[in-house]
Amino acid sequence: MTAIVTVRVQQQDFDTAAEIAALSHGRTDIGAVVSFSGLCRGNDHDTPISALTLEHYPGMAEAEIMRHAEEAMARWPLQGLTVIHRHGRIRPGENIVLVVTASSHRQAAFEAAEFLMDYLKTNAPFWKREETADGGSWVEAKSHDDAATARWTS
Amino acid sequence: MKVKYFAWVRERVGKAEETIEPPADVRTVGELIAWLTAQGEGYAYAFEKPKVIRTAIDQTHVQPDAAIAGAREIAFFPPMTGG
Repeated sequence: MTAIVTVRVQQQDFDTAAEIAALSHGRTDIGAVVSFSGLCRGNDHDTPISALTLEHYPGMAEAEIMRHAEEAMARWPLQGLTVIHRHGRIRPGENIVLVVTASSHRQAAFEAAEFLMDYLKTNAPFWKREETADGGSWVEAKSHDDAATARWTS
Repeated sequence: MKVKYFAWVRERVGKAEETIEPPADVRTVGELIAWLTAQGEGYAYAFEKPKVIRTAIDQTHVQPDAAIAGAREIAFFPPMTGG
């Protein structure tokens, strides 16, 4: 069976369970499905957040995610993967990002999902702005995210 | 060439995109950032820490030493914070 790679950048919410089911539906060659959901938190350390606004670079966002999806497909024996990343205004508790990987065995699915999330954080052109009581501010990139990405090239 | 700005780079420059015509001796991304820095207060503020700025040429990440010849679209933005 052919591998199915789905990449979507969208404003609207997605149904995590439906996306997982869609990837493995009707197949008997998939033994492991790993999913990672990134959600909007209601606080950043002790500061309450009323919403996040995600700005993105249309076109490049899709292309950059697809490039890493193809790299994941080449690096691990995957039967398919799905990446969905939202943009626009997102409230606490809502979905931001979904990565689903499917493989015959769990190790490839776990590793590929982690690889994709690490690269999404540091290389996909999205920027989070937090809305707080005193206005808002752009979220700063974290050095531990760069370190997480770097380990895949060592 | 068309230039795009995102996130706080966009806010500081004061526009999301524009068409620019840098002089012929501006050959690399680093040189273009230096040239833009001199184009006004907003630009100077946006590019005050050039090492922080990330750049894409035709929607692909590049380093500051990348040549800008032939580029259709150059984008400047802060380190990414998606995911």
